[in-house]
Amino acid sequence: MDLRNERKDWLGLLARSAAPQVATLFASLKGVPQHHFLRRAEIGGVMTQGRMGATGAAFNLGEMTVTRCAVQLADETVGHGYVQGRDKTHAAQAALVDAMMQTAAADHVYEALLLPLATSAQAAKAARAAKAAATKVDFFTLVRGED
Amino acid sequence: MYVAVKGGERAIDNAHAWLAEERRGDLAVDALSVAQIREQLSLAVTRVMAEGSLYDPDLAALAIKQARGDMIEAIFLIRAYRTTLPRFGVSVPVDTGAMSCERRVSATFKDAPGGQVLGPTFDYTHRLLDFKLAAEGQEPEAVARGEAQDGPVPHITEFLNTEGLIQQEVDNATETPPDLTRQPLELPANRALRLQNLTRGDEGFLLGMAYSTQRGYARNHAFVGELRIGVVAVEMDIPELGFAIEIGEMTLTECETVNQFKGSKTEPPQFTRGYGLVFGQNERKSISMALVDRALRWKELGEDDLGAPAQDEEFVLYHSDNIQATGFLEHIKLPHYVDFQAELELVRKMRAAAESAPRRQEAAE
Repeated sequence: MDLRNERKDWLGLLARSAAPQVATLFASLKGVPQHHFLRRAEIGGVMTQGRMGATGAAFNLGEMTVTRCAVQLADETVGHGYVQGRDKTHAAQAALVDAMMQTAAADHVYEALLLPLATSAQAAKAARAAKAAATKVDFFTLVRGED
Repeated sequence: MYVAVKGGERAIDNAHAWLAEERRGDLAVDALSVAQIREQLSLAVTRVMAEGSLYDPDLAALAIKQARGDMIEAIFLIRAYRTTLPRFGVSVPVDTGAMSCERRVSATFKDAPGGQVLGPTFDYTHRLLDFKLAAEGQEPEAVARGEAQDGPVPHITEFLNTEGLIQQEVDNATETPPDLTRQPLELPANRALRLQNLTRGDEGFLLGMAYSTQRGYARNHAFVGELRIGVVAVEMDIPELGFAIEIGEMTLTECETVNQFKGSKTEPPQFTRGYGLVFGQNERKSISMALVDRALRWKELGEDDLGAPAQDEEFVLYHSDNIQATGFLEHIKLPHYVDFQAELELVRKMRAAAESAPRRQEAAE
Protein backbone atom coordinates (compact mmCIF):
# COMPACT_ATOMS: atom_id res chain seq x y z
CA MET A 1 0.00 0.00 0.00
CA ASP A 2 1.33 3.43 -0.98
CA LEU A 3 -0.91 5.96 0.73
CA ARG A 4 1.12 8.94 -0.34
CA ASN A 5 1.07 8.26 -4.07
CA GLU A 6 -1.65 5.75 -4.90
CA ARG A 7 -5.10 7.27 -5.21
CA LYS A 8 -6.69 3.80 -4.98
CA ASP A 9 -5.02 3.26 -1.61
CA TRP A 10 -6.03 6.53 0.05
CA LEU A 11 -9.59 6.26 -1.29
CA GLY A 12 -9.86 2.74 0.14
CA LEU A 13 -8.58 3.83 3.53
CA LEU A 14 -11.04 6.75 3.63
CA ALA A 15 -13.91 4.40 2.70
CA ARG A 16 -13.11 1.91 5.47
CA SER A 17 -12.37 4.40 8.24
CA ALA A 18 -14.95 5.31 10.86
CA ALA A 19 -16.72 8.59 10.14
CA PRO A 20 -16.09 10.19 13.58
CA GLN A 21 -12.35 9.61 13.32
CA VAL A 22 -12.21 11.08 9.81
CA ALA A 23 -14.20 14.09 11.06
CA THR A 24 -11.85 14.71 13.99
CA LEU A 25 -8.71 14.49 11.85
CA PHE A 26 -10.29 16.55 9.07
CA ALA A 27 -11.02 19.34 11.56
CA SER A 28 -7.32 19.44 12.39
CA LEU A 29 -6.30 20.11 8.75
CA LYS A 30 -4.76 23.51 8.04
CA GLY A 31 -6.90 25.23 5.46
CA VAL A 32 -9.56 23.52 3.42
CA PRO A 33 -9.49 24.96 -0.12
CA GLN A 34 -12.40 26.69 -1.85
CA HIS A 35 -14.56 24.14 -3.58
CA HIS A 36 -18.00 23.42 -4.97
CA PHE A 37 -19.93 20.18 -5.17
CA LEU A 38 -20.14 18.40 -8.50
CA ARG A 39 -22.34 15.88 -6.75
CA ARG A 40 -23.68 16.51 -3.28
CA ALA A 41 -23.31 13.61 -0.89
CA GLU A 42 -25.91 10.93 -1.61
CA ILE A 43 -26.69 7.63 0.10
CA GLY A 44 -27.12 4.50 -1.97
CA GLY A 45 -26.57 0.78 -2.13
CA VAL A 46 -24.01 -1.45 -3.79
CA MET A 47 -24.80 -5.06 -4.59
CA THR A 48 -21.93 -7.17 -3.30
CA GLN A 49 -21.00 -10.47 -4.90
CA GLY A 50 -19.37 -13.67 -3.80
CA ARG A 51 -18.08 -16.66 -5.75
CA MET A 52 -19.48 -20.21 -5.66
CA GLY A 53 -17.04 -22.37 -3.74
CA ALA A 54 -14.89 -19.22 -3.24
CA THR A 55 -13.34 -19.49 -6.71
CA GLY A 56 -16.22 -20.21 -9.09
CA ALA A 57 -18.76 -18.04 -10.87
CA ALA A 58 -20.15 -14.94 -9.16
CA PHE A 59 -23.50 -14.68 -7.36
CA ASN A 60 -25.25 -11.78 -5.64
CA LEU A 61 -24.65 -11.82 -1.91
CA GLY A 62 -26.62 -8.77 -0.76
CA GLU A 63 -26.29 -5.02 -0.68
CA MET A 64 -24.30 -2.66 1.50
CA THR A 65 -24.87 1.03 2.17
CA VAL A 66 -22.45 3.45 0.54
CA THR A 67 -22.37 7.26 0.43
CA ARG A 68 -20.67 9.14 -2.38
CA CYS A 69 -19.78 12.71 -3.15
CA ALA A 70 -17.76 14.67 -5.75
CA VAL A 71 -16.13 18.07 -5.29
CA GLN A 72 -14.17 20.43 -7.49
CA LEU A 73 -11.57 22.85 -6.18
CA ALA A 74 -11.04 26.36 -7.55
CA ASP A 75 -8.09 25.07 -9.60
CA GLU A 76 -10.48 22.49 -11.18
CA THR A 77 -9.02 19.51 -9.33
CA VAL A 78 -11.80 16.94 -8.87
CA GLY A 79 -12.12 14.78 -5.77
CA HIS A 80 -14.32 11.72 -5.29
CA GLY A 81 -15.43 10.10 -2.09
CA TYR A 82 -17.06 6.68 -1.80
CA VAL A 83 -17.45 5.60 1.81
CA GLN A 84 -19.15 2.72 3.60
CA GLY A 85 -22.30 3.61 5.53
CA ARG A 86 -24.67 6.56 5.46
CA ASP A 87 -22.62 9.50 6.74
CA LYS A 88 -22.79 12.38 4.23
CA THR A 89 -20.12 14.42 6.02
CA HIS A 90 -17.80 11.42 5.81
CA ALA A 91 -18.31 11.19 2.02
CA ALA A 92 -17.82 14.94 1.52
CA GLN A 93 -14.65 14.94 3.61
CA ALA A 94 -13.34 11.92 1.71
CA ALA A 95 -13.92 13.75 -1.59
CA LEU A 96 -12.12 16.84 -0.28
CA VAL A 97 -9.19 14.78 0.96
CA ASP A 98 -9.03 13.05 -2.43
CA ALA A 99 -8.90 16.44 -4.15
CA MET A 100 -6.32 17.88 -1.73
CA MET A 101 -4.10 14.82 -2.18
CA GLN A 102 -3.77 15.86 -5.83
CA THR A 103 -2.54 19.35 -4.88
CA ALA A 104 0.46 20.86 -3.09
CA ALA A 105 -1.33 20.20 0.21
CA ALA A 106 -0.79 16.45 -0.25
CA ASP A 107 2.12 16.09 2.18
CA HIS A 108 0.25 17.86 4.94
CA VAL A 109 -2.99 15.88 4.37
CA TYR A 110 -1.01 12.65 4.23
CA GLU A 111 0.72 13.31 7.53
CA ALA A 112 -2.15 14.89 9.43
CA LEU A 113 -4.98 12.65 8.28
CA LEU A 114 -4.09 9.58 6.22
CA LEU A 115 -1.17 8.42 8.32
CA PRO A 116 -3.06 8.49 11.65
CA LEU A 117 -6.03 6.73 10.00
CA ALA A 118 -3.76 4.03 8.63
CA THR A 119 -1.96 3.63 11.94
CA SER A 120 -5.12 3.12 13.94
CA ALA A 121 -6.60 0.79 11.30
CA GLN A 122 -3.42 -1.26 11.40
CA ALA A 123 -3.44 -1.36 15.21
CA ALA A 124 -7.09 -2.47 15.33
CA LYS A 125 -6.41 -5.20 12.78
CA ALA A 126 -3.30 -6.39 14.59
CA ALA A 127 -5.16 -6.52 17.92
CA ARG A 128 -7.85 -8.78 16.49
CA ALA A 129 -5.29 -10.91 14.67
CA ALA A 130 -3.40 -11.42 17.95
CA LYS A 131 -6.60 -12.49 19.71
CA ALA A 132 -7.37 -14.90 16.87
CA ALA A 133 -3.84 -16.31 17.00
CA ALA A 134 -4.24 -16.91 20.75
CA THR A 135 -7.12 -19.30 19.92
CA LYS A 136 -5.07 -21.36 17.48
CA VAL A 137 -5.43 -24.98 18.41
CA ASP A 138 -3.72 -28.27 17.73
CA PHE A 139 -5.95 -31.32 17.81
CA PHE A 140 -4.28 -34.57 18.82
CA THR A 141 -5.73 -37.91 17.86
CA LEU A 142 -5.78 -39.86 21.12
CA VAL A 143 -7.70 -43.00 20.27
CA ARG A 144 -9.21 -43.78 16.97
CA GLY A 145 -12.77 -44.97 17.47
CA GLU A 146 -13.68 -48.15 15.64
CA ASP A 147 -17.00 -47.69 13.92
CA MET B 1 -59.56 -12.21 -1.58
CA TYR B 2 -58.94 -9.26 0.70
CA VAL B 3 -61.46 -6.42 0.41
CA ALA B 4 -60.39 -3.08 1.87
CA VAL B 5 -62.22 -1.76 4.88
CA LYS B 6 -62.51 1.82 6.10
CA GLY B 7 -62.50 3.29 9.56
CA GLY B 8 -60.76 2.54 12.82
CA GLU B 9 -58.29 5.38 12.37
CA ARG B 10 -58.42 6.56 15.97
CA ALA B 11 -58.11 3.02 17.31
CA ILE B 12 -55.11 2.41 15.03
CA ASP B 13 -53.40 5.62 16.19
CA ASN B 14 -53.98 4.68 19.80
CA ALA B 15 -52.70 1.14 19.21
CA HIS B 16 -49.49 2.53 17.71
CA ALA B 17 -49.05 4.95 20.61
CA TRP B 18 -49.40 2.06 23.04
CA LEU B 19 -46.98 0.00 20.96
CA ALA B 20 -44.39 2.78 21.32
CA GLU B 21 -44.91 2.85 25.07
CA GLU B 22 -44.66 -0.93 25.37
CA ARG B 23 -41.51 -0.85 23.25
CA ARG B 24 -39.93 1.48 25.78
CA GLY B 25 -40.95 -0.78 28.67
CA ASP B 26 -40.58 0.12 32.32
CA LEU B 27 -39.31 3.72 32.58
CA ALA B 28 -37.42 2.78 35.72
CA VAL B 29 -35.10 0.74 33.47
CA ASP B 30 -32.59 2.60 31.27
CA ALA B 31 -33.45 2.89 27.59
CA LEU B 32 -31.37 0.75 25.21
CA SER B 33 -29.27 2.70 22.71
CA VAL B 34 -28.80 1.64 19.10
CA ALA B 35 -25.05 1.50 19.72
CA GLN B 36 -25.60 -0.88 22.65
CA ILE B 37 -27.62 -3.21 20.44
CA ARG B 38 -25.01 -3.00 17.67
CA GLU B 39 -22.16 -3.83 20.05
CA GLN B 40 -23.77 -6.24 22.51
CA LEU B 41 -26.41 -8.05 20.45
CA SER B 42 -24.11 -8.31 17.46
CA LEU B 43 -25.29 -11.74 16.34
CA ALA B 44 -28.88 -10.52 16.22
CA VAL B 45 -27.61 -7.58 14.16
CA THR B 46 -25.84 -10.03 11.87
CA ARG B 47 -29.00 -12.03 11.29
CA VAL B 48 -31.03 -8.94 10.45
CA MET B 49 -28.37 -7.82 7.97
CA ALA B 50 -28.16 -11.24 6.32
CA GLU B 51 -31.89 -11.81 5.94
CA GLY B 52 -32.61 -8.13 5.33
CA SER B 53 -29.95 -8.45 2.61
CA LEU B 54 -28.33 -5.13 3.51
CA TYR B 55 -24.98 -4.80 5.25
CA ASP B 56 -25.32 -1.88 7.67
CA PRO B 57 -24.91 -2.71 11.38
CA ASP B 58 -26.32 0.61 12.62
CA LEU B 59 -29.50 0.25 10.58
CA ALA B 60 -29.95 -3.36 11.64
CA ALA B 61 -29.54 -2.35 15.31
CA LEU B 62 -32.12 0.41 14.86
CA ALA B 63 -34.51 -2.06 13.24
CA ILE B 64 -34.13 -4.47 16.17
CA LYS B 65 -34.90 -1.68 18.62
CA GLN B 66 -37.92 -0.51 16.63
CA ALA B 67 -39.22 -4.09 16.27
CA ARG B 68 -38.90 -4.77 20.02
CA GLY B 69 -36.53 -7.61 19.21
CA ASP B 70 -38.91 -9.32 16.76
CA MET B 71 -36.30 -10.46 14.24
CA ILE B 72 -38.62 -10.96 11.28
CA GLU B 73 -40.24 -7.57 11.87
CA ALA B 74 -36.73 -6.04 11.98
CA ILE B 75 -35.76 -7.82 8.76
CA PHE B 76 -38.97 -6.49 7.19
CA LEU B 77 -37.94 -2.93 8.12
CA ILE B 78 -34.52 -3.40 6.53
CA ARG B 79 -35.99 -4.90 3.35
CA ALA B 80 -38.35 -1.93 3.08
CA TYR B 81 -35.52 0.57 3.60
CA ARG B 82 -33.33 -1.26 1.08
CA THR B 83 -35.84 -0.63 -1.70
CA THR B 84 -35.45 3.15 -1.24
CA LEU B 85 -31.71 3.11 -1.99
CA PRO B 86 -30.46 4.05 -5.44
CA ARG B 87 -28.12 1.33 -6.75
CA PHE B 88 -24.63 2.74 -7.25
CA GLY B 89 -23.31 -0.42 -8.79
CA VAL B 90 -22.18 -3.98 -8.26
CA SER B 91 -19.02 -4.93 -6.38
CA VAL B 92 -16.16 -7.00 -7.65
CA PRO B 93 -16.78 -10.53 -6.24
CA VAL B 94 -15.21 -10.61 -2.77
CA ASP B 95 -12.03 -12.65 -2.36
CA THR B 96 -12.57 -14.84 0.68
CA GLY B 97 -9.08 -16.30 0.14
CA ALA B 98 -7.74 -12.90 1.25
CA MET B 99 -9.98 -12.79 4.33
CA SER B 100 -8.52 -11.63 7.66
CA CYS B 101 -9.66 -14.78 9.44
CA GLU B 102 -10.87 -14.52 13.02
CA ARG B 103 -12.04 -18.11 13.01
CA ARG B 104 -11.07 -20.93 10.73
CA VAL B 105 -11.70 -24.57 11.43
CA SER B 106 -11.76 -27.75 9.42
CA ALA B 107 -13.53 -30.95 10.39
CA THR B 108 -11.68 -32.91 7.72
CA PHE B 109 -8.03 -31.92 8.07
CA LYS B 110 -6.50 -31.98 11.52
CA ASP B 111 -3.26 -30.40 10.41
CA ALA B 112 -4.68 -27.81 8.07
CA PRO B 113 -1.93 -25.55 6.71
CA GLY B 114 -2.41 -22.18 8.35
CA GLY B 115 -3.74 -23.85 11.46
CA GLN B 116 -7.09 -24.13 13.14
CA VAL B 117 -8.21 -20.92 14.78
CA LEU B 118 -11.20 -21.17 17.11
CA GLY B 119 -12.02 -17.46 17.33
CA PRO B 120 -14.80 -16.10 19.55
CA THR B 121 -16.91 -19.27 19.50
CA PHE B 122 -19.68 -20.76 21.62
CA ASP B 123 -18.24 -24.20 20.80
CA TYR B 124 -16.82 -26.01 23.83
CA THR B 125 -18.79 -23.81 26.25
CA HIS B 126 -20.88 -25.85 28.68
CA ARG B 127 -24.14 -24.06 27.94
CA LEU B 128 -24.59 -23.27 31.59
CA LEU B 129 -26.17 -19.94 32.43
CA ASP B 130 -23.55 -17.48 33.57
CA PHE B 131 -25.09 -15.58 36.46
CA LYS B 132 -22.10 -13.28 36.58
CA LEU B 133 -23.52 -11.61 33.47
CA ALA B 134 -26.67 -10.72 35.40
CA ALA B 135 -24.63 -8.80 37.92
CA GLU B 136 -22.66 -5.67 37.25
CA GLY B 137 -19.10 -6.80 37.04
CA GLN B 138 -15.69 -6.29 35.63
CA GLU B 139 -15.12 -6.15 31.90
CA PRO B 140 -13.94 -9.37 30.28
CA GLU B 141 -10.72 -9.32 28.34
CA ALA B 142 -9.49 -11.58 25.56
CA VAL B 143 -6.01 -13.01 25.52
CA ALA B 144 -4.11 -11.18 22.79
CA ARG B 145 -0.63 -12.62 22.91
CA GLY B 146 -0.88 -14.93 19.97
CA GLU B 147 1.61 -14.64 17.19
CA ALA B 148 -0.38 -13.18 14.35
CA GLN B 149 0.41 -14.50 10.92
CA ASP B 150 0.51 -12.39 7.83
CA GLY B 151 -0.59 -13.14 4.33
CA PRO B 152 -3.54 -14.96 2.85
CA VAL B 153 -4.82 -18.16 4.44
CA PRO B 154 -5.35 -20.79 1.72
CA HIS B 155 -8.69 -22.56 1.37
CA ILE B 156 -8.38 -26.06 2.80
CA THR B 157 -10.53 -27.76 0.18
CA GLU B 158 -8.03 -26.70 -2.48
CA PHE B 159 -5.60 -29.25 -1.05
CA LEU B 160 -7.89 -32.01 -2.29
CA ASN B 161 -7.57 -30.47 -5.71
CA THR B 162 -3.90 -31.40 -5.95
CA GLU B 163 -5.00 -35.03 -6.22
CA GLY B 164 -7.98 -34.13 -8.40
CA LEU B 165 -10.24 -35.69 -5.79
CA ILE B 166 -12.71 -32.85 -5.58
CA GLN B 167 -14.90 -31.15 -8.11
CA GLN B 168 -13.28 -27.91 -9.28
CA GLU B 169 -14.87 -24.52 -8.88
CA VAL B 170 -13.94 -22.39 -11.85
CA ASP B 171 -15.43 -19.15 -13.02
CA ASN B 172 -17.06 -20.25 -16.26
CA ALA B 173 -19.92 -17.76 -16.18
CA THR B 174 -20.65 -16.05 -19.46
CA GLU B 175 -23.38 -13.76 -18.19
CA THR B 176 -23.99 -11.58 -15.14
CA PRO B 177 -25.66 -13.49 -12.33
CA PRO B 178 -29.43 -13.00 -11.96
CA ASP B 179 -30.56 -10.67 -9.19
CA LEU B 180 -33.63 -11.53 -7.12
CA THR B 181 -34.04 -7.91 -6.11
CA ARG B 182 -34.50 -6.91 -9.76
CA GLN B 183 -36.31 -9.85 -11.38
CA PRO B 184 -38.87 -12.05 -9.67
CA LEU B 185 -37.83 -15.62 -8.93
CA GLU B 186 -38.39 -17.93 -11.88
CA LEU B 187 -37.73 -21.64 -12.14
CA PRO B 188 -35.63 -23.47 -13.03
CA ALA B 189 -33.12 -21.36 -11.12
CA ASN B 190 -29.40 -21.56 -11.79
CA ARG B 191 -26.97 -22.02 -8.91
CA ALA B 192 -26.21 -18.29 -8.69
CA LEU B 193 -29.87 -17.48 -8.16
CA ARG B 194 -30.26 -20.31 -5.65
CA LEU B 195 -27.29 -19.07 -3.62
CA GLN B 196 -28.67 -15.52 -3.52
CA ASN B 197 -32.00 -16.88 -2.34
CA LEU B 198 -30.35 -19.07 0.32
CA THR B 199 -28.03 -16.42 1.73
CA ARG B 200 -31.00 -14.13 2.44
CA GLY B 201 -33.31 -16.99 3.38
CA ASP B 202 -34.70 -17.63 6.85
CA GLU B 203 -32.13 -19.19 9.16
CA GLY B 204 -34.63 -21.48 10.84
CA PHE B 205 -36.04 -22.72 7.55
CA LEU B 206 -32.56 -23.44 6.15
CA LEU B 207 -31.53 -25.17 9.37
CA GLY B 208 -34.56 -27.44 9.15
CA MET B 209 -33.94 -28.21 5.48
CA ALA B 210 -30.24 -28.90 6.09
CA TYR B 211 -31.02 -31.09 9.10
CA SER B 212 -33.45 -33.11 6.99
CA THR B 213 -30.60 -33.99 4.59
CA GLN B 214 -28.51 -35.17 7.55
CA ARG B 215 -31.35 -37.33 8.81
CA GLY B 216 -31.62 -39.13 5.49
CA TYR B 217 -33.80 -37.09 3.15
CA ALA B 218 -31.43 -36.87 0.16
CA ARG B 219 -28.48 -37.74 2.33
CA ASN B 220 -25.23 -36.46 0.90
CA HIS B 221 -22.74 -37.05 3.72
CA ALA B 222 -21.44 -33.56 4.31
CA PHE B 223 -18.21 -32.79 6.14
CA VAL B 224 -17.28 -29.24 6.95
CA GLY B 225 -14.13 -28.96 4.86
CA GLU B 226 -13.66 -25.46 6.14
CA LEU B 227 -15.52 -22.83 8.06
CA ARG B 228 -14.04 -19.36 8.19
CA ILE B 229 -15.20 -16.07 9.66
CA GLY B 230 -13.44 -12.79 9.10
CA VAL B 231 -13.24 -9.49 7.33
CA VAL B 232 -13.03 -9.05 3.57
CA ALA B 233 -12.56 -5.89 1.56
CA VAL B 234 -15.28 -4.88 -0.89
CA GLU B 235 -14.10 -3.36 -4.15
CA MET B 236 -16.09 -1.69 -6.87
CA ASP B 237 -15.20 -0.24 -10.26
CA ILE B 238 -15.81 3.49 -10.16
CA PRO B 239 -16.63 4.73 -13.69
CA GLU B 240 -15.62 8.34 -12.97
CA LEU B 241 -12.22 7.17 -11.73
CA GLY B 242 -11.67 4.44 -14.29
CA PHE B 243 -10.42 1.91 -11.73
CA ALA B 244 -11.65 -0.15 -8.80
CA ILE B 245 -11.34 1.06 -5.21
CA GLU B 246 -12.25 -0.41 -1.86
CA ILE B 247 -15.60 0.99 -0.79
CA GLY B 248 -15.67 -0.74 2.56
CA GLU B 249 -15.28 -4.06 4.30
CA MET B 250 -17.57 -6.62 5.82
CA THR B 251 -17.47 -9.59 8.11
CA LEU B 252 -18.55 -12.80 6.37
CA THR B 253 -18.98 -16.43 7.34
CA GLU B 254 -18.02 -18.96 4.70
CA CYS B 255 -18.61 -22.70 4.79
CA GLU B 256 -17.30 -25.20 2.29
CA THR B 257 -18.59 -28.70 2.63
CA VAL B 258 -16.98 -31.77 1.17
CA ASN B 259 -19.54 -34.34 0.12
CA GLN B 260 -19.35 -37.94 -0.98
CA PHE B 261 -20.09 -38.58 -4.62
CA LYS B 262 -20.24 -42.02 -6.14
CA GLY B 263 -19.54 -40.74 -9.60
CA SER B 264 -21.81 -40.72 -12.62
CA LYS B 265 -21.73 -41.78 -16.26
CA THR B 266 -19.34 -38.95 -17.06
CA GLU B 267 -17.56 -38.28 -13.77
CA PRO B 268 -15.28 -40.56 -11.73
CA PRO B 269 -15.94 -40.98 -7.98
CA GLN B 270 -14.80 -37.80 -6.23
CA PHE B 271 -15.83 -35.30 -3.61
CA THR B 272 -18.28 -32.57 -4.46
CA ARG B 273 -18.95 -29.29 -2.74
CA GLY B 274 -21.67 -27.31 -1.09
CA TYR B 275 -21.13 -23.63 -0.43
CA GLY B 276 -22.39 -21.19 2.14
CA LEU B 277 -21.53 -17.49 2.38
CA VAL B 278 -23.43 -15.24 4.75
CA PHE B 279 -23.16 -11.65 6.04
CA GLY B 280 -21.66 -11.35 9.51
CA GLN B 281 -20.78 -14.06 11.98
CA ASN B 282 -23.33 -16.82 11.47
CA GLU B 283 -21.97 -20.30 11.06
CA ARG B 284 -25.25 -22.14 11.68
CA LYS B 285 -26.74 -20.37 8.69
CA SER B 286 -23.62 -20.77 6.59
CA ILE B 287 -23.38 -24.54 7.19
CA SER B 288 -27.11 -24.91 6.55
CA MET B 289 -26.77 -22.99 3.31
CA ALA B 290 -23.93 -25.25 2.14
CA LEU B 291 -25.90 -28.43 2.86
CA VAL B 292 -29.00 -27.17 1.08
CA ASP B 293 -26.92 -25.86 -1.84
CA ARG B 294 -25.41 -29.33 -2.23
CA ALA B 295 -28.79 -31.06 -2.06
CA LEU B 296 -30.18 -28.75 -4.75
CA ARG B 297 -27.30 -29.62 -7.10
CA TRP B 298 -28.56 -33.16 -7.73
CA LYS B 299 -29.54 -32.46 -11.33
CA GLU B 300 -26.19 -31.04 -12.51
CA LEU B 301 -24.34 -33.88 -10.73
CA GLY B 302 -26.55 -36.53 -12.34
CA GLU B 303 -27.88 -37.84 -9.03
CA ASP B 304 -31.32 -39.39 -8.49
CA ASP B 305 -34.28 -37.29 -7.50
CA LEU B 306 -35.20 -39.00 -4.25
CA GLY B 307 -38.24 -36.80 -3.82
CA ALA B 308 -36.74 -35.21 -0.72
CA PRO B 309 -37.90 -31.70 0.20
CA ALA B 310 -34.32 -30.33 0.19
CA GLN B 311 -33.90 -31.46 -3.44
CA ASP B 312 -37.06 -29.68 -4.53
CA GLU B 313 -35.91 -26.30 -5.77
CA GLU B 314 -39.44 -24.94 -6.00
CA PHE B 315 -40.21 -26.00 -2.44
CA VAL B 316 -36.97 -24.62 -1.00
CA LEU B 317 -36.69 -21.36 -2.94
CA TYR B 318 -40.34 -20.36 -2.68
CA HIS B 319 -40.54 -20.97 1.07
CA SER B 320 -37.17 -19.74 2.31
CA ASP B 321 -37.97 -16.03 2.31
CA ASN B 322 -39.42 -15.15 5.69
CA ILE B 323 -40.72 -11.76 4.55
CA GLN B 324 -42.75 -13.27 1.73
CA ALA B 325 -43.89 -16.02 4.06
CA THR B 326 -44.85 -13.80 6.95
CA GLY B 327 -46.55 -11.31 4.63
CA PHE B 328 -48.84 -13.97 3.26
CA LEU B 329 -49.30 -15.75 6.55
CA GLU B 330 -50.08 -12.67 8.60
CA HIS B 331 -52.41 -11.10 6.06
CA ILE B 332 -55.09 -13.62 7.00
CA LYS B 333 -55.56 -11.87 10.34
CA LEU B 334 -56.57 -8.62 8.59
CA PRO B 335 -60.28 -7.96 7.99
CA HIS B 336 -61.74 -10.48 5.55
CA TYR B 337 -65.38 -9.70 6.36
CA VAL B 338 -66.78 -9.49 2.81
CA ASP B 339 -64.80 -12.55 1.82
CA PHE B 340 -66.04 -14.47 4.82
CA GLN B 341 -69.65 -13.33 4.28
CA ALA B 342 -69.53 -14.99 0.86
CA GLU B 343 -68.18 -18.21 2.42
CA LEU B 344 -70.90 -18.08 5.05
CA GLU B 345 -73.61 -17.73 2.39
CA LEU B 346 -72.11 -20.61 0.46
CA VAL B 347 -72.02 -22.95 3.46
CA ARG B 348 -75.62 -22.05 4.34
CA LYS B 349 -76.73 -22.82 0.78
CA MET B 350 -74.83 -26.11 0.69
CA ARG B 351 -76.28 -27.13 4.03
CA ALA B 352 -79.83 -26.26 2.91
CA ALA B 353 -79.28 -28.26 -0.26
CA ALA B 354 -77.91 -31.24 1.68
CA GLU B 355 -80.89 -31.22 4.05
CA SER B 356 -83.45 -31.14 1.26
CA ALA B 357 -81.67 -33.66 -0.96
CA PRO B 358 -82.73 -36.96 0.79
CA ARG B 359 -86.37 -35.88 0.75
CA ARG B 360 -86.19 -35.22 -2.97
CA GLN B 361 -84.62 -38.63 -3.42
CA GLU B 362 -87.43 -40.27 -1.46
CA ALA B 363 -89.97 -38.48 -3.56
CA ALA B 364 -88.31 -39.77 -6.70
CA GLU B 365 -88.56 -43.36 -5.51
